This record gives sequence, structure tokens and C-alpha cells, in this order.
Amino acid sequence: VRERVRLPRLGRRQAPLLLVFTAVAFAIAYVLFIAQPPPETGGGSWRTTTFGSAVDDPASFLRIVLDSLTFAGALFIVASGFALIFGLMRVVNMAHGSFYLIGGYIAYEIQQAMTGEGFAIPTNEVNTWEWVAPLLVAAPCIALVGLVVQQGFLRWNQGQELRQALITIAISVIIADQIIAHFPRATSTVAQKFGGNAVSLSWPGWTDRFIDLHIAGVQYSLARFVMLGLGVALGVALWLWLYRTRTGMVIRAGVDDQKMTSALGINIQRTFAIAFALGSALAAFGAVVWASQANIASGQDGQWLLNSLVVVIVGGMGSIFGAAAGAILYAFVLNFSATYLPTTGTECCTQYSIVVTFALIALVLAFRPRGLFGRPG
Amino acid sequence: LRRVLGWSPKTTVERIIGVSALVLAALGPLIFNDYWAHQILVETFLFGIAAASLIFLSAYGGMVSLAQTALFGIAGVIIGNLATKGGPGGTSKGLHLGWDPNLALIVAIAMTTAIGLIFGAIAARSAGIYFLMITLTYSVITTYFLGQVTIVSGFSGIGGINRYTPGWVGDVIEDPNRLYYTALITAVVSYGLIRYLVRTPFGITLQGVRDEPIRMRSLGYNVPLHRTLAFGFAAFLASLSGVLYVWWSGQIAPGNVDLPETINLLVMAVIGGLARIEGAWLGALAFIIIQNYVRDFAFPGLGFGGTLFGGSFNTVIGIIFLLIVLLSPDGLMGIWDRAFTTRRPFRRGGPTVEASASSG
Repeated sequence: VRERVRLPRLGRRQAPLLLVFTAVAFAIAYVLFIAQPPPETGGGSWRTTTFGSAVDDPASFLRIVLDSLTFAGALFIVASGFALIFGLMRVVNMAHGSFYLIGGYIAYEIQQAMTGEGFAIPTNEVNTWEWVAPLLVAAPCIALVGLVVQQGFLRWNQGQELRQALITIAISVIIADQIIAHFPRATSTVAQKFGGNAVSLSWPGWTDRFIDLHIAGVQYSLARFVMLGLGVALGVALWLWLYRTRTGMVIRAGVDDQKMTSALGINIQRTFAIAFALGSALAAFGAVVWASQANIASGQDGQWLLNSLVVVIVGGMGSIFGAAAGAILYAFVLNFSATYLPTTGTECCTQYSIVVTFALIALVLAFRPRGLFGRPG
Repeated sequence: LRRVLGWSPKTTVERIIGVSALVLAALGPLIFNDYWAHQILVETFLFGIAAASLIFLSAYGGMVSLAQTALFGIAGVIIGNLATKGGPGGTSKGLHLGWDPNLALIVAIAMTTAIGLIFGAIAARSAGIYFLMITLTYSVITTYFLGQVTIVSGFSGIGGINRYTPGWVGDVIEDPNRLYYTALITAVVSYGLIRYLVRTPFGITLQGVRDEPIRMRSLGYNVPLHRTLAFGFAAFLASLSGVLYVWWSGQIAPGNVDLPETINLLVMAVIGGLARIEGAWLGALAFIIIQNYVRDFAFPGLGFGGTLFGGSFNTVIGIIFLLIVLLSPDGLMGIWDRAFTTRRPFRRGGPTVEASASSG
């Protein structure tokens, strides 16, 4: 017993871990105390950041924490679909970003048709139904697209992971090109169509206000809280579905041992079809949410594929908890590195935040090759 | 001939085709017109090297890497920063260090190989589909890095690099034949190097690691180290391709390494065939011909003015890619191989099923 309770000594194995802990602790200390706001005289040192540390400017700090959390909500919605498909079927759906994009555009077209407001819809003119209806059309549409892809191309290549990934890449190439050719339809002028086809949906009118948090005088957008709420609600729903229903039980059994599950007389093919359709629909759901907050444009398929990949790689390949943890971690790293990396003031546009994302992936993979919540095997 | 040299008929045919292709390529500038020789063929040679590095990793290491385009771009950006000069008439972006082009060339290749080793070391404990995902994030992250870090590249990238080539390449616009032969020789040497490497003890061990990583590990081989070194070698090849590209086109930008370009390189490798090195140049040639001539071709009877459902070249390439993956996962080289083994029926399973059957 004494052997077991003894604290681990610092050996060769612990040294890299200690180094990582030091680096992470330094990053946290930097954000909380060390950073300084830019001096009024210009210039700056390695301690200079946009807002200074959390002690200097608690309001900005809180805002970025909330930005990260709410962005994690949207990230989770998109990435959980990717993780669900990957976890159950070992299919890396490289077309997930493309599904995201078509889902967003379909929802945009429907909202345009319902409100008839033209290129930019004022938020206060959109009621809840005019936001929910596009979602209710777009998600099943993408579920259908996913189902066709799965039944038409992937089903008869089961077990060949690489070939399935290549098939979905081919499909994403075709979809990306067709989106450029056909979307957005509702924009009228040639300039709008060819000058970058970025469009955005609108949140319902009642979300267009700020909530006073009574902490450091921070007022925060209700729409972003709704985004977080939708992410949390989806997480709870997925948990209930996977852990409290029969279908969920079959899916978890399929994740553990596909052959044994089908040997028990369970129609695993039907489960695959359900999971793939649902996973695809979640891409569309996430697209509607994020396109309401930001925008949607062709080319973002790659960005959202990257987002999903990072979340799944960091969080753990194919687990819902992993997707949630990965989404939160990635959102925090993304937002904090964009704001709290030193700015010396000499370079106007250089941002190194992407390097921190890379460091996050490298760190997680160095210690846990299957991600934080991934299981070996 | 079979009795004399001990070659099978297939090998004989392949060698005859290979030698004639080489002779044809060596006489290229004399036979083909300017557009074919100095656009299509040079592009084929240099992208073929990058595709060959992808195929090498896939065929001998069991790792399908999507980071080759990123490494290609990194080499191009490094040489662009080191070799170009600023000032009036110079390039707009980059560090303009104005080094000697030969030194810049060596440093660019060495740095890219080092970055490749780091990339490889991080991904080395994964294989198969995980490796594909991790290398895809490398590729996308490189694109964003080049776009965001404006001191080295920025979204517009670096231009005018072809004015800073070493003396032995010369002026690529006035005398493009020297670049043609540089690209050809580099391609042939790369091919030879891969063929040599896979026969060395390292190459044999790498193939062991591809097939049975756990057994190789219990035999005392360092599996991640072999994968890392293979990745470093592939990064070296990709850097050659990237350097040739910036000499040929004169510019490099994040748009040259973004997701569509990454997929294009994969398409070249898959069209050629992920199992054989020769497929790299075959796939590159096929891809580049499609890319250059598909605009002149109409698809009648489908509407949309002869285009495929209103799409551009990418829809065509996507459909070709899809058909190749569905019908012949080993690409054109796979079709060729199968033509000589008619007695064995076409297997639907492919390598994965075979592997699982043999291990289970």
C-alpha cells in the first residue's frame, strides 16, 4: 500500500508532462495577471496585449470567456454530428463541411422566401417561426443528402475506411463546385453573386438585445446565449438518446463491437443509416445557428471541416463527451489566442493564433494519440 | 527476351513504355509545342514529384498524407522569402532577404524537411484514417498560417520569385528549356530515390511497419521513428516539388496550398494509383490535361450550356475522382495491373478486407 500512495518521482517520463504543465500554467497566469494593456505612447513589450490582463480589464475578459463558451455551443452542434458518424461507423465524413454549407444556404433561401426582405433582413422583422421553419426544412434535407450518400456510396464499401474517406472527399469536391454555381439564389444583382457569395440568416427579433450581467458592467448578446443554450440542449438530448433509449443502446453497442451487435440479431445497417442521417442533419443545424450569428459563404466548408476535425482529434475520436470537451477547449484556445497574444504594435495584421491551435493539437496528440476522451483500439 | 533477362511479359512491356516515355520526355522541347512542353509537361513533372511523395507514404508506409501540399507550399514560401530582393522592382510581400539562390534552395529544402519531421513525429503514433485526419489539419493550418502571418506571406502571397533562380536554371522566361530539364531530371532522380529507398533495410522495415505495426514493435523496431523518417523523406520530395513550382510559376500564395489544392494533389495520386510510384506522373499528366482542356469540352444534352449542371472544372474532376475511387481504387495503374492478371477476378474487397482476413 505504501508503494502505491507514494508520489510519483520526477523521472524521464514525467519531465515532458511537467514542461507542458508549466507552459499551460504560464499561459493562464499571462492572461490573468501578466498581460498589460498597450501603453498610450505606442510601442509595447512582450506583455502588451489588446486589453491587458483579466485584472486590468475584467469586462473584456468576461466577454471573451462568454464568446468562447457560446462559440463552443455552435462548434459542438456541428462537430457532434461528425463525431457520431465517425464513432459508430469509422467513416471520416470529409463532406461534413459541404453538408454544413448546403444546409446553411437552404435555410437562407427559405428565410428569404418567408420574409421577402431581400439581401439583408433586419433582425427585428424576423419572428421565431421564420427562424425555426428554415431549420426544420434544412435539417431533414441534409439528413436526406447524407442518407443518399451513405446508402449509395458508403454502404457497400464498409470496412474500407480510406476508400470511404476518399469517396466523401470526391463528393465534397462536387458539392463545393455546385454550391458556387447555384447559391445563393435569392441575391439579385450580379455583383452580389460574384463578389463573394457571403450571406447571413437572421436570428428571431426577440433575441436582438443585450442582457445586463451585473458583473463588471458587462452587457452580453442574448442571441449568443441562445446559441449556447441550443448547444447544451442538443448535448443533453444526445446524451438521453444514446444512454436512455434502445436505439442509443444499439449505437453504443455498435461502437464497441459491430460484428457482435449484428450477430445478436440487431439490424445494424438501419442503425448506421439513422446515425448518418442524424449526423448530417446536425451539420445543417449548426450551419443555421452559426450563419445567424456570423455568415455563410462558399469556402467555409473547409473551415468547418477543420473545426470538426480539430474538435474530434482533441476531444477524442468518436465520443460525445469528447466532442463537448474538444469544442470548449478549441473555442477557448481560438478566442483567447486571438486576443491575448502579445501585440507589439509594429505589425498591423499578423496573427499567430493559428499556431496556438496547432500547438493544442500537437500537445494532445503527443500525450494522448486518440484524443482526450478517446479509447484505444 | 523473357528467357534472356528473366522478365515477365508485363515487366517487359512496362520497361519498354517507361523507356519510350523517358526518351519522349528528354526530347520534349523538340517534339511538343511551347504550350505543351513548358506548361503541361513541366507542371506534370513537378506535381508528379509531390504526388509521388504521397504515393510513397501510402504504398510503403500505409499513411495517406494530405500534408504534402502544405509542405510543397512551405518550401515555396521559404525560398520566396530568402531569395527575393525588395526595393523598386522587387516583390511586394515577404522578408526580401536577398540571399544567394543556391543557398536559399538548400535552406528551403532543409527547413521543409525539418518541418516535415516535426509534423511526422506528432502524427507518427497514428496510422490509416487518423493519419489522414491529422495531416488534413496540418494542411488547413498551414493555409491559415500563411494567410495570417503577413510578414512572410499574407493572403496575396509572394510573387516574382522566378527572377531569382540560381545560375544553372537561368532565366526561366527567356530560356525555359533549362527549367524543363531541371524538372525532368529532378523527377527522374526522385523516382530512382524512392525505388532505391524501398529496397534498403529501412524501406523493408517501413513496409513491415505498414503491414504489422504491433509485430514490428515487439521485434524491437521503433515504429513511430520509422514513420517519422518516412514522413521526413516525403517532405524532402515535396520541398523539391515546391521549389520547382515557384521557379516555374514565379509566385506562391495560401491559395496554392488550400483545401481544394490539397484535394487536387490527392486526386492526381488517386487517378494514377495509390499503390505504385509510376502512377504519380501518370495521374499528374491526366489531371493537368483535364484541367487545361475541360473548358473546351461541352457535355451535350444536360442543359446548363454544356457544363455539368452549371459547375466548373471541379465538378468534372470530382466525378472522375468519384468514379476512380468507386470502380478502381488503385487508379489507372490498378487497371493496368488488372489487365495482366485476368485469371484473378476483380476483388471488391481491396486491401483492408484482405488485411483483416489475414490477421483475423
